Amino acid sequence: MARQSTIAAVRFGYGFHPKQPAPQDGGALLDQARLALRADPPMMVDDKAVRRAKAQAFRDARGDQERRKALRRELRLGAFRDIAARYERRALSPHGFRGRLAAFWLDHFTVGFKNISQFHYYAGYEDETLRPYLGGHFADMLKAVVRAPAMLRYLDQVASIGPNSPIGRKRGRGLNENLAREVLELHTLGVGAGYSQTDVREFAELLTGFAFRPAKGTFRFVPRRAEPGTETVLGRRYGGDPARASDVDELLEDLTRHPATARHLATKLAAHFVADEPDPDLVWHIEAAWTRGGGALMPVYEALLEHPAAWAATGGKVKRPQDLVLSTLRASGVRPANAGKAQMKRGRLLFRSLRTMNQPPFQAPGPDGWAEEAEAWITPQGLAARLEYASAAGKQLGRSGDLDPRDFAKIALRDLLTENTKWVVNAAPERWEGFALVLASPEFNRR
Amino acid sequence: MDRRTFLGTACSAAAWPLITPVVVAAAPGDRRLVVIVLRGALDGMGMVQPYGDRDFAGLRPTLAARPGAGLTDLDGFYGLADQFAGLMPLWRAGELGFATAVSTPYRGKRSHFDGQDLLETGSGGPTGQLSAGRGGWLNRALALIPGARAETALAVGQQRMLILDGEADVSAWSPRTKLALGDNGRGLLNKLYSNDRLFAEALTGAEMFADGEGRKAKRETGKTLARFAAGRLKDQARIAAFSLGGWDTHRGQAKRINGPARMLTDALITLRDQLGPVWRNTAVIAVTEFGRTARENGSRGTDHGTGGVAILSGGAMRGGQVQGRWPGLGEGDLYEDRDLMATDDVRRWAAWLLAGQFGVGRSNLEGTVFPGLEMGRDPGMLG
Repeated sequence: MARQSTIAAVRFGYGFHPKQPAPQDGGALLDQARLALRADPPMMVDDKAVRRAKAQAFRDARGDQERRKALRRELRLGAFRDIAARYERRALSPHGFRGRLAAFWLDHFTVGFKNISQFHYYAGYEDETLRPYLGGHFADMLKAVVRAPAMLRYLDQVASIGPNSPIGRKRGRGLNENLAREVLELHTLGVGAGYSQTDVREFAELLTGFAFRPAKGTFRFVPRRAEPGTETVLGRRYGGDPARASDVDELLEDLTRHPATARHLATKLAAHFVADEPDPDLVWHIEAAWTRGGGALMPVYEALLEHPAAWAATGGKVKRPQDLVLSTLRASGVRPANAGKAQMKRGRLLFRSLRTMNQPPFQAPGPDGWAEEAEAWITPQGLAARLEYASAAGKQLGRSGDLDPRDFAKIALRDLLTENTKWVVNAAPERWEGFALVLASPEFNRR
Repeated sequence: MDRRTFLGTACSAAAWPLITPVVVAAAPGDRRLVVIVLRGALDGMGMVQPYGDRDFAGLRPTLAARPGAGLTDLDGFYGLADQFAGLMPLWRAGELGFATAVSTPYRGKRSHFDGQDLLETGSGGPTGQLSAGRGGWLNRALALIPGARAETALAVGQQRMLILDGEADVSAWSPRTKLALGDNGRGLLNKLYSNDRLFAEALTGAEMFADGEGRKAKRETGKTLARFAAGRLKDQARIAAFSLGGWDTHRGQAKRINGPARMLTDALITLRDQLGPVWRNTAVIAVTEFGRTARENGSRGTDHGTGGVAILSGGAMRGGQVQGRWPGLGEGDLYEDRDLMATDDVRRWAAWLLAGQFGVGRSNLEGTVFPGLEMGRDPGMLG
């Protein structure tokens, strides 16, 4: 049985760092969740205005293929630097649980984009929309999410206009139900809950008016796009004339307090952190804390961390590729790359590794995010990709410094290192293969 | 977590290249069946347009086309939208037909994820909630085809596909990665995973098929999948299934449907070309989780609906006709005043194909493969 600090570091963080102590227990993890936003400073790879200007220049260059190509390249390089900074921050922070929570919510409220010129809408999503509420209240995070340009774009809210609103009538435009449906189905109640197509429709009408200023990338409520009158969702009436953004907030607060939401989120948290098929008592315990606190998140995390199931032996879950990469960065104790070329190269390497393993950032297959189950990732194809990644990363580690792979195994796995893996690493004919085998080992891929 | 997280969907804003699996299975005889799952909900009325319905143009001010202006007439009532014009040679050869106003029994929330689950499991329940471990309908059908060797089925690609999930032992092949460790490394990997069944089984699969063709560009997806499936079907395989995504056209449908339409066209044409003499014995059915709204929405797209279209193709198919009972689009004709009414169960069409191609009995089809289905009269698809 692993030490408690080991479980805290591996199940609730990104594993061990050669120079950082592991968090001692659940209390230490809760302290991380409670930290102020500045504990992990926001990423500042490029000023947002600069990004927007570049994206605009790219759009304006339509027709000039040469210039577009150059600008696209520049945008891609910026995105790679962004990925490097994002992953380094998460992997190297002493507050791994905060990073894991941010990742959980980023996946729960999945967004994605198709064209690199849209990246600037998404770059700030984690820092501005999710992280401020990590230790706060679910309702506040939800309100921020439905106002985020990234989400408004991703789920087509930007195209939804009240058919009887002044703009709707003038232009003959109407509703788009996408965001309303997914808020109910994925973000709050869950698909098994008792809502109907009419609820989706009425919610979509209530959401009309939610838009953003493209030039600044900030939320804007446009009354002239809002459907007039009240809307009834789940049996309660919302809104009226004149329409206000706060009408939606009332509904989001009710959804937060809804028993189906408590159940849905408790199940999801338990499945993400503890076991693909979690102990029903653990789910119930988290659900009860959600209900008592009305969606306040600290008591929910506390319930998760105080339950005995959270401290059962590790190894039941498989790290998704993003977490495999993050724990590799962490175990190897890399230093953040210098801004500029080194950062760009590291970001490109990270991106390519993640693409090979089928989990590139911001490209989840759908708004329901990435698969959770071990079996979804450890397929023949998925494992082949992990081995390719382990080989490439092993070669890199083998080139740098004079660390012995057997010592790396101890640093990366501490008391989780099994005799079998120790034997295999020791038997590796080449140094790089030793590193690769540590990264490919079941105990490094599981948590 | 439930099973639906396995299923990738290509939603409107998330239409990233999705490498989908091809699942194949061997069986005796020379008949072939290809099942294509169109993920994201194909707009049946956008593809096979009922231009002869007097209410059609009114429901779709920008999306409705007319013969010579956006579509090719098929039978005086329906026309094939120009985005799918590449399929006209198949239609003219009598190797392409359609069943309109069909759907699964799924009703209510119009969730992609539940709709696709239901489509793949073949369940008769309306809610899309599954009992765990039920597996896919094709898998259940395999168990009923004498001499079918389900254990030789292969899955290609990154994701598992529910349609062939179940008891049968399915191995998978990776088209785009290769094992990077040398021969020595292989022995070490076997030892490394000797105490971990999940990893050990995956490694066996990865080793068996380590040398595949490289990853093709996204635009080649339809061709790549069809070429692979055709290769297997010419050999031992008799059943193949794969999916094509990108159909969730909430905005700017006329343009956004070009990509997926091209994939589907490529897939069918490639199957015909690659299968050669075997095409004559082949039936293809392409199905989607549900149709889309009868009315165009506010952003020149369509939202999640109910009745849709099933695409029937192949040299064994009696094509050149649009089947199905058209429910009309007038006042009171629409389902919940928004969707094309489904007048038929799409599972019926798949069931009759299994009966015709492989002799699966009616009681088995209605009891085991598609629980609760009433197959009714044979629509006479097979020539």
